Amino acid sequence: MKLEMKDSPGQLVSVIQPISDVGGNILSVIHERDPEAGRDLLDVQIMCEIPEGSLDTLLSEYRIQGVNVLRVGEERFLVRRSVILIGHLIHTDISDTIDKIDSTGYAEVHELSMVMPAINEPSSAKITIKSDCLKDINRAFTILRDVAKDKGFLMIEPLEGN
Amino acid sequence: MRIAIIGFGSVGRGVAEVIAAKNTDLTVTAVADSRSGIIDGSGLDIAAVLRNKKETGMCGTPGITVSDIISSDAYDVLVEVSPTNAETGEPALGYIREALAGGKHVVTSNKGPIALKFEELHALAAENHVTLRYEATVCGAIPLMHTIEHGIAGNEISRLYGVFNGTCNYILTRMAEEGLTYKQALLEARELGYAEADPTYDVRGIDAAIKLVILANAVWGLKKSLADVDIIGIDGVTSAAIALAEREDQTIRLIGEIDPANEILRVSPTILPKSHPLVVRDTLNAVTIETDLAGEITLIGKGAGSSETASAIIADLLFIRDCYGRRD
Repeated sequence: MKLEMKDSPGQLVSVIQPISDVGGNILSVIHERDPEAGRDLLDVQIMCEIPEGSLDTLLSEYRIQGVNVLRVGEERFLVRRSVILIGHLIHTDISDTIDKIDSTGYAEVHELSMVMPAINEPSSAKITIKSDCLKDINRAFTILRDVAKDKGFLMIEPLEGN
Repeated sequence: MRIAIIGFGSVGRGVAEVIAAKNTDLTVTAVADSRSGIIDGSGLDIAAVLRNKKETGMCGTPGITVSDIISSDAYDVLVEVSPTNAETGEPALGYIREALAGGKHVVTSNKGPIALKFEELHALAAENHVTLRYEATVCGAIPLMHTIEHGIAGNEISRLYGVFNGTCNYILTRMAEEGLTYKQALLEARELGYAEADPTYDVRGIDAAIKLVILANAVWGLKKSLADVDIIGIDGVTSAAIALAEREDQTIRLIGEIDPANEILRVSPTILPKSHPLVVRDTLNAVTIETDLAGEITLIGKGAGSSETASAIIADLLFIRDCYGRRD
């Protein structure tokens, strides 16, 4: 998004803070200062990831702070959903399990946390899958369900809807 | 209105106690347990019957059978609360059929017959101009059927989901809150009397699935049986899995779900945010009903227990009393 703000100390923070307040992550900031323009306003371009549905909150926060939003770029939803797998995850080739999702081209394994209690005991893992839309997440879940069935995992999914 | 109670375990006794204690216009005229029976068309002395049961293990005389009671004309409503059999529904199924065919109303807490033969029994009741009520078969004290049939009458119900088994909910609550293993939590549930000696029905999700079958047939007329439900129990859930969910303020509960439009009929451990209304503690049950007019409605309450089950049965009896009036 492209923003316009007053050229005074501390202003950049006031633009960045609301992004972290909504739980977002800043990917890049381009801060342009054009002395020729002779204005006391400067333009900032920010590329960021923010949680689904939080764009309105962010924009209204900017309005309150007097930051002028010149343009909001393409809103690319980065949807994340986690499932928990229980079973012999390592011995059934964990990298193959991950590849099944990563090779789709529309979804990827974003995070994996695993707990291995004891040898021969089933391990538990939380796998977070990232994609552009919920439909693709659901496609990835379907693949994962088949993998779980093949490899004898218990797959625990989040409650859908709402 | 005259009541015959078949089955005099904790539920049957609970119903008799409530009728004796409250001014409900209900009179118990017959009681049977597995070994004996007693009939008095003018009304039984419930305190004496309860005392007899406690002292001798029998509620009445060994010569008087359930059939004697059912074929008698000493009652208007049969309360069928004998032990359930999920495979055949017997002997309760036979009792219910006979009573309905004889023009008597039936109120039951018995899941077997309702899950197996809902359509047949419903048709039999209609044919004989009587009513069959079964509030106590699903979620104990929660007035789920009353809410659906009357409270939100006129709504289209698109989806129903929730916590249908208190034993599993207790085990998962303890695993989450105390970090117990599944085995430890199950042992604790047994010691407290929340789990049976053979906990298979509960922990493998079968009990919850039977309740889904009843709801699928009663609410949508889907003609489902237990074999149609995708069932995963909680016996494979590890405390590590719950701990992983907890890291993001989520937890795991055994959720039963009916979503006819998406052909979903399943029971499975499910991840929910801890702030979700269905994340109830200990042995509670909770159900969310998604409707077109009323939006979402969530009911929470005790799913089992003597007075809780009696509550559902008494409500059914009073409903029949109000709709059909006194017949004596």
